[in-house]
Amino acid sequence: MSDIATRVKKIIVDKLGVDEAEVTTEASFTNDLGADSLDTVELIMEFEKEFNISIPDEQAETITTVGQAVTYLEEHAK
Amino acid sequence: MELNRVVITGIGVISAIGNNLDDFWNNLVNGVSGADHITQYDASKFKTQIACEVKGFDIAQFIDKKDARKMDRFTHFGIASSDMALADAGLDKNNINPDRVGVIVGSGIGGVQTFQQEVSDFAKGDGTPRFTPFFIPRMICDICAGQISIRHNLRGPNFAVMSACATSTNAIMEAYNLLRLNKADVILAGGSESTINEAGMGGFVSMKALSERNDDPKTASRPYDKDRDGFVMGEGCGILVMETLKSALARGARIYCEVAGAGATADAYHITAPHPDGLGAKNVMRAALEDAEMAPEDIDYINTHGTSTPLGDGAEVKAILSVFGEHAYKLNISSTKSMTGHCLGAAGVIEAIAAIKSVAHDIVPPTINHFTDDPDIDPKLNFTFNKAQYRTVRAALSNTFGFGGHNACVIVKKYVA
Repeated sequence: MSDIATRVKKIIVDKLGVDEAEVTTEASFTNDLGADSLDTVELIMEFEKEFNISIPDEQAETITTVGQAVTYLEEHAK
Repeated sequence: MELNRVVITGIGVISAIGNNLDDFWNNLVNGVSGADHITQYDASKFKTQIACEVKGFDIAQFIDKKDARKMDRFTHFGIASSDMALADAGLDKNNINPDRVGVIVGSGIGGVQTFQQEVSDFAKGDGTPRFTPFFIPRMICDICAGQISIRHNLRGPNFAVMSACATSTNAIMEAYNLLRLNKADVILAGGSESTINEAGMGGFVSMKALSERNDDPKTASRPYDKDRDGFVMGEGCGILVMETLKSALARGARIYCEVAGAGATADAYHITAPHPDGLGAKNVMRAALEDAEMAPEDIDYINTHGTSTPLGDGAEVKAILSVFGEHAYKLNISSTKSMTGHCLGAAGVIEAIAAIKSVAHDIVPPTINHFTDDPDIDPKLNFTFNKAQYRTVRAALSNTFGFGGHNACVIVKKYVA
């Protein structure tokens, strides 16, 4: 697992209060990990802080699974 | 339309002197101070370094971490207290009609810890706004009432009232009125507060409202003592299960006491100072007595606002003498803030709980920390100094006054079928 994936996973475990084992690549924030709309906004914000980037809203809306977040951040993280 | 009678059937409380009703009441009767040095932040640069902090409280005993993270500490207290109040009343999802149960829980200040954290994080950054989406729903004063309703599926009237330190007495009064008018069968009423942080304490320090007796925290809150030097900040929560008598009787509930009446007035005088003659305080006690259709002679105990500030204590005593006349000398009077500290928006309900238990058990909790008589306070009055007193308490009156000049008063009496 990449360093970025590890950091993403840690944020998700912390913010959504889920077990690490549940945070699979396919897991959807809302359908599998119990996130509501506010949780999702907070996750994106935490990714921005952790990786020191700004994720535009239209991009943020396409990030709905753990795998999508890791892929996006691997491409954009500074 | 005949008004419903309203009774108290459940109590939940968290305070510096106990995180449940039994501990709270035992410590109150035994004159235990909840004050100590502040642990929630580094207060070394503050003139006041003491407070009545809630100790050993773990929200994880009530809700999971994920939900807890979305709430400020004042809401944690509210969730825990309402769980305990419902259990105490014997109410649960099997015997509650959700549409007939309301929640009226206020806070004087709300999530000031959340506000401080988010704003200082922003100020430290580069100007990019990264406020958590939970900022507002953690901070706002009404969120405690909302969270309690969500947790227990209570779909009746739901809101917060806010009148600074009178908040939760006003909440009790609102609940009483809605129940009287048959708008609900049961209302969880009270208030919650947690402001022991830099912003909360700093603001009160600047007003010169707080005791600076840092070398002796346990005796710092000393209402009516000549050497009182301000109030000691408290934190905590109280939740009452208030219920129409017909609902309580129908389910065979245990009844602590009956709500007799309530009143609310304003000083219309100054933002923080009380009216020197206790004008609003006089009027609010008279209003509550009138609402209760009671004479001053029907009251046996007054739980005063008595914050331990030089001005406030004297004004309230003047008001009591004016309203109660000769009967004032037959009353027991006490300020339980001498033990709990001043819990701001939770003060009214925590003191109402003292009054309710007093009526239920015929015990008057003391005003502790009395060392020296104040020559400006009538020595013939019985302030229940330093030791609880045992007497028949037919009815008790509880006063609370808030910055802004708000005054609220509630009277409870023994329940007689």
